Amino acid sequence: MALLFYPEFEVIRNENRCIACRVCERQCANEVHSFDSQTGRMIADETKCVNCQRCVSLCPTRALKIVKSNCNFKENANWQDDTIKEIYKQANSGGVLLSSMGNPKPFPVYWDKILINASQVTNPSIDPLREPMETKVFLGKKPNHIERDKDGKLKFDLSPQLELSMPIMFSAMSYGSISYNAHKSLATAAEELGICYNTGEGGLHEDFYVYGKNTIVQVASGRFGVHEDYLKAGAAVEIKMGQGAKPGIGGHLPGAKIVADVSRTRMIPEGSDAISPAPHHDIYSIEDLRQLVYSLKEATEYKKPIIVKVAAVHNIAAIASGIARSGADIIAIDGFRGGTGAAPTRIRDNVGIPVELALAAVDKRLRDEGIRNNVSLVVGGSIRSASDVVKAIALGADACYIATAALLALGCHLCRTCQSGKCNWGIATQKPELVKRLNPEIGKKHLVNLMTAWRHEIKELMGGMGINSIEALKGNRLMLRGIGMTEKELEILGISHAGE
Amino acid sequence: MKQYVIIGNGIAAAGCIEGIRKTDNDTPITVISGEKYPVYCRPLISYYLQGKTALEKMDYRNKTFYADNGCNVIYGKTAEKIDPEDHTVLLSDGKNIPYTKLLVAAGSSPFVPHFDGIETVEKKFSFMTLDDTLSLEKAICKNSKVLIIGAGLIGLKCAEGLKDRVGKITVCDLAKNVLSSILDDDTAPAVQAHLEQNGIEFFMSDSVKSFDGNVALMQSGKQVDFDVLVTAVGVRPNTALISGIGGEVNRGIVVDTKMQTSVPDIYAAGDCSEGYDLSVDKNRVLALLPNAYMGGFTAGVNMAGGNKEFDNAIPMNSIGFMEIHIMTAGNYIAEKDGGTVFCKKTENDIRKFFVKEDELKGYILVGNVLGGGIYTYLIREKIPISTLDFENLQNDPNFFAFSEEIRRKKFGGVV
Amino acid sequence: MKRIFVNEEWCLGCHLCEYNCAFANSGMKNMALALKGKKIFPKIHVYGNDKINFAVSCRHCEDPLCVKACISGALHIKDGRVCIDKTKCVGCYSCIMVCPYGSLSVGETGVASKCELCLDNACGSPACVKGCPNNAIVYEER
Repeated sequence: MALLFYPEFEVIRNENRCIACRVCERQCANEVHSFDSQTGRMIADETKCVNCQRCVSLCPTRALKIVKSNCNFKENANWQDDTIKEIYKQANSGGVLLSSMGNPKPFPVYWDKILINASQVTNPSIDPLREPMETKVFLGKKPNHIERDKDGKLKFDLSPQLELSMPIMFSAMSYGSISYNAHKSLATAAEELGICYNTGEGGLHEDFYVYGKNTIVQVASGRFGVHEDYLKAGAAVEIKMGQGAKPGIGGHLPGAKIVADVSRTRMIPEGSDAISPAPHHDIYSIEDLRQLVYSLKEATEYKKPIIVKVAAVHNIAAIASGIARSGADIIAIDGFRGGTGAAPTRIRDNVGIPVELALAAVDKRLRDEGIRNNVSLVVGGSIRSASDVVKAIALGADACYIATAALLALGCHLCRTCQSGKCNWGIATQKPELVKRLNPEIGKKHLVNLMTAWRHEIKELMGGMGINSIEALKGNRLMLRGIGMTEKELEILGISHAGE
Repeated sequence: MKQYVIIGNGIAAAGCIEGIRKTDNDTPITVISGEKYPVYCRPLISYYLQGKTALEKMDYRNKTFYADNGCNVIYGKTAEKIDPEDHTVLLSDGKNIPYTKLLVAAGSSPFVPHFDGIETVEKKFSFMTLDDTLSLEKAICKNSKVLIIGAGLIGLKCAEGLKDRVGKITVCDLAKNVLSSILDDDTAPAVQAHLEQNGIEFFMSDSVKSFDGNVALMQSGKQVDFDVLVTAVGVRPNTALISGIGGEVNRGIVVDTKMQTSVPDIYAAGDCSEGYDLSVDKNRVLALLPNAYMGGFTAGVNMAGGNKEFDNAIPMNSIGFMEIHIMTAGNYIAEKDGGTVFCKKTENDIRKFFVKEDELKGYILVGNVLGGGIYTYLIREKIPISTLDFENLQNDPNFFAFSEEIRRKKFGGVV
Repeated sequence: MKRIFVNEEWCLGCHLCEYNCAFANSGMKNMALALKGKKIFPKIHVYGNDKINFAVSCRHCEDPLCVKACISGALHIKDGRVCIDKTKCVGCYSCIMVCPYGSLSVGETGVASKCELCLDNACGSPACVKGCPNNAIVYEER
């Protein structure tokens, strides 16, 4: 007999409110709710509940809530409830534990220990409602100095640049791990916003080539869906070396998710598992990476910037230094709180480092080596708000990648069971009846709303500092102060403590 | 002076007025109304007896209908004669009314066959008009025994109307089945049984041979005691106005799909007319309210110089008796004519479909009638059955049985 | 005139529209009080199977057959809307017989029941549209 334990969540139904409309039953792909025709009442099987809150959101009388069960094991600070349950699960299954989305453990979030400056008296703040405020950024290699021709005119032989109306992009999520409608929402929103979204390692669905100028096409270790037209379709090409949620390992999209359209887009047989190897089998050194960078530049006729995406790991500064010399135009660093469609729990929760520290270290290292202008820096891995963006820019980033925040805008409730493929919100699923739950018109609107709101907030924060251009904020660590941090942390972040 | 004249003041007349006003807002309209009421809903007379509606609720249109539409109504006069040369109508009071275009919507009259001894029956009524109904209402009391001759729509509606107001109701009809014009052997017995459960007594395949005061001697030899007699054997279209001037008349006044008679400038609609019936592909009298309205409306549009055809009339009936509902449409000839008949019976429900040459030709629903309009639509639009999930549609009339493309067209735009 | 249109591509078959309709027309302020333990008589109905669903309510036809077929004058056109005077309807269902969309249904009292776009109830605009979680039902000019 399997080791059993009380379900993690309880379905609390207010019988005075429940009208037995059965919306909860129809909307739960996990089949938690059912109608008992004998009593005319709704009943629930809590063992199946993942707390995605779909039923709670759609219940027209607010008769439902899902609460964490308070049926706990005997209190133990060392052997906590989740730890014990994980042991039981593994004792039952013999398998690696899988999780989704970002690391939920209570590690320090440095964004929350950093405070932003504002102008008072000696330098004026700027009112973004009255004065122009620039949020546009260009990503790519920048010249170290201005060159003029013999007539004294500026020379414009810039490397290819990625132009963004604001310093945010939607980071890589593959078609396959997320649905067609989720991709369409991201693509159409990126187009309207003048930013970019990222295909992830799933290829580019034929319907989305029209959004090419707002698309970053990814080349990862599985090389799924990569061909010449694909590379040329995008505004930039990203080589994925690693992912913050699971540094050092590859990916595994189960065959069940490789449905017809996904199979065609990935260029692999329907129903076959899509396994991305842990490393790129042709990259064992910066020199190898350089070969791939230049192969891609050749393929795209040197018209597109090449991004190299790496997970934030211990010696990230040295790695970034190598990448900056490999010919890449942009380095993307993904912190350990970044999301995933599925990762081994132990890796997600224990491997990698916070992106704040990685960013500060990389920016400093590249400056120290005089190669900061070789590349632009993009950071991701749990950018949660406009203030996180502002802090990242001030720490030295050129732009941020967001994905979890974008998914939340699409309806994700962070139940962290993407790996089941039964996403009740139509995001992390390929089941047609679930996919249709995400109307891309609504998805796009929510994404555009979110980014518009953040852009307003970024402008207000910049205005408060007396800065009217995002470029002037970049690497401006004087605008930041730490609070409640150790000397070492402040040293790595390169900021003073509040009050200094 | 230009003027439209309408003989009759029923549903066809109301349709005609609204049809005229679609195209012509100015020219006056004169309505000649034999009855002294504004247009009312004749089929409601049984509901009135039943207490399901009240006199003030029976008006077909609101109180300002005639004024709003520039109509002059002459109440209590009938049209005696038409002079097609002079374009005038002679009224019962000797007045001549000139017309530019004329609609004859004279309706029909109850047909009362002769019975020996009928003169000895004191209380005898037809059941057609409001006045009939009000007289009948005065004649009945809680203990009345009512004999209704005719188990058709009018007879049975009368029975339903009277059921809770009299002591006993007996219905007789020469036909084997109740509602023989709309039901068949599969469906009529169920309806009859339901009515019998509700206390109505039937003498089918039987009728009155003679009367002797309050006793009817039946052809079968049985005797029926009664004190109120209602004759509802049938109706005859009022065609005399047109036959009198040599216009083409068959059972009804013959009209084309524009509702025009053979006499120039004269149109006809409603129960007196005989127009095109799509279900049999020939002219027929279709004495039904929806057809009266649509015929009248079509005539009105054409009288006012517009161009409209009424070419998809079919027989159809939706009617309930004591909580059992019946909906029928089209024809049932498929049964004898090499077509296919689908019949599903459950405890409370009979659904019968007549299909021929890949088209639904007719249907009978007894019990659950929801969504029946989709079947009517199939008949009128001659939708090929093979393009549908007809098996599914028989039980569950909705657009799931149609293609996605049809659904997109039907529900994605203004119709 | 604004009308209700449905797009089955986005219909989830959740049937919320039916309940929102019944509530909007209940005249009550609380949905649970209005609908708990009662059979509902919505004016919109969702059809389909576990994959394809679509909601059907009155199309407010420009040339409505139901109005023409109504034997009691209960159905009428009001500012382009097809409306019903329930005090006049006697429940003959002639409207159901002629409606090519199967839009009309039978209400609690046995008389015909149909969508009037919620313009005369407390909701003020179609409750089915307001409550549709996926914009499968929209209220707009087309």
